[in-house]
Amino acid sequence: MSEETKPSGKPRAKEPEATEPKPHVTDSRFGLRTGVPAVKKGTKEQLPIDPMAEGEKPFEAPDLASRREVFWMAAGWGLFGFATLTETAMLVSYLFPRAPFDPAQVFKIGPPEEYLPNSVSEAFKKSNQVWICNQEYNGKQILYALSTVCTHLGCTPNWLEADQKFKCPCHGSGFYANGVNFEGPAPRPLERFRIFVGDDGGVVVDKTKKFQQEKGEWDDPDSYIAV
Amino acid sequence: MATVPQTPPTKEPGKPGLLAKVRDTQVWKSIFRHGYPDTQRNRALAVLSNVFLHLHPVRVRKSGIALSFTWCMGGVTFFLFLVEAVTGILLMFYYRPVAYSAYNDIQELRETIPLGLMRELHRWGAHAMVLTVWLHMFRVFMTGSYKPPREFNWVVGVVLLLLTLLLSFTGYLLPWDQLAIWAITVGSNMARATPLMGHEGPGASLLTLDGEHLVTAGSDVRFALLGGRFVGENALLRFYVLHCVFIPVIAVMLMAVHFWRVRKDGGISGPL
Repeated sequence: MSEETKPSGKPRAKEPEATEPKPHVTDSRFGLRTGVPAVKKGTKEQLPIDPMAEGEKPFEAPDLASRREVFWMAAGWGLFGFATLTETAMLVSYLFPRAPFDPAQVFKIGPPEEYLPNSVSEAFKKSNQVWICNQEYNGKQILYALSTVCTHLGCTPNWLEADQKFKCPCHGSGFYANGVNFEGPAPRPLERFRIFVGDDGGVVVDKTKKFQQEKGEWDDPDSYIAV
Repeated sequence: MATVPQTPPTKEPGKPGLLAKVRDTQVWKSIFRHGYPDTQRNRALAVLSNVFLHLHPVRVRKSGIALSFTWCMGGVTFFLFLVEAVTGILLMFYYRPVAYSAYNDIQELRETIPLGLMRELHRWGAHAMVLTVWLHMFRVFMTGSYKPPREFNWVVGVVLLLLTLLLSFTGYLLPWDQLAIWAITVGSNMARATPLMGHEGPGASLLTLDGEHLVTAGSDVRFALLGGRFVGENALLRFYVLHCVFIPVIAVMLMAVHFWRVRKDGGISGPL
């Protein structure tokens, strides 16, 4: 140990010239030995060492952070939190590509006359995942765009012309030409997409809006075109 | 304990053997800080002074590592992970994770590239690893090795089990055949039903702004996972990165914790 003195000028914990070791008090705030002798050896009252019990209560600064400390703590943690949140938000947005390889969500499918009555067209099955159907539904002859995504687990059923039904190869779900499920594990009918006649007289399919039969949405005039 | 074996008899003084000379060099001494592991002290040092072994307990009960007790399923799982890492890295030399070439690269790995067994080793090793990790869990459960103070290591193990299954799931897409694409289509459709974050999940329809849904097929958690609305080019690349880098790195870190906690929690558990 070096012989340097403390800046506070208090007596050191162990002074080499002191002949008798001194007992020490514990500063409750820091759990450190302060080196302040509590009781001199040889006096009658050796105990207790706790200064509180001696009747005289020493001054203790309240253990509170100062206003300045609170300010800098708030500023520091606030900045840190803001940076962390911003970084997280940027990281999440990074996961969403602006230009995915998906086909267009809104696309033209030509004039309505191209789709003959009581037919199911697979022309846009591969490119846009829809069947264009011209079928009788609830006594009306209508044109509608049916989703090719099976409502069971998302495979793509096949249109079987001979059986006049959609049949899913994955687990055997079957749907009528109007999209209503009738066999296999599929829990609900296929979904329709928004369909309307554009300004140029051609039919437009909008896949951003879907219509579900079980919610009664197939009565919505946006879900079909009367032909 | 058995009597401590004596150190090998040295040769006559002044004529050290070649091995003794090598062991006396600075290079050798800088690497190995202890003598032969033929004393209790050196055996302990061999474990303690090795970065890989020091994760393990310094000593284990003989009954604790009995094959009839542990089935060695944790060890076999770790061995299979190493097999998967080595064969996987070798496969990466040939496999390109783009739709144009992924399927053909797998065919090539099997048919024309020397040691076509490599891809099969990776595949069968993966199947075996899923099996052994379940058996390891079953063993730990049946021997009560999850009980205090080992509860936390059980939790780490459950996360490692999930990571193993996710490694299997992400690797399943990479052959890029019909089976792979539809399996991942079906599997990732589960993400649609994520509460609030999947566009078909509970609560998602409540998140609207001016009548427009905020969580749609083009902005939900499934979209973030696949990088698109369906399993396509982006999904292949994402699953490749998850499979080869992201999940293995997390798994390695958790494995280190898992092995280290065995030591910290009082060593390998023994028969009651």
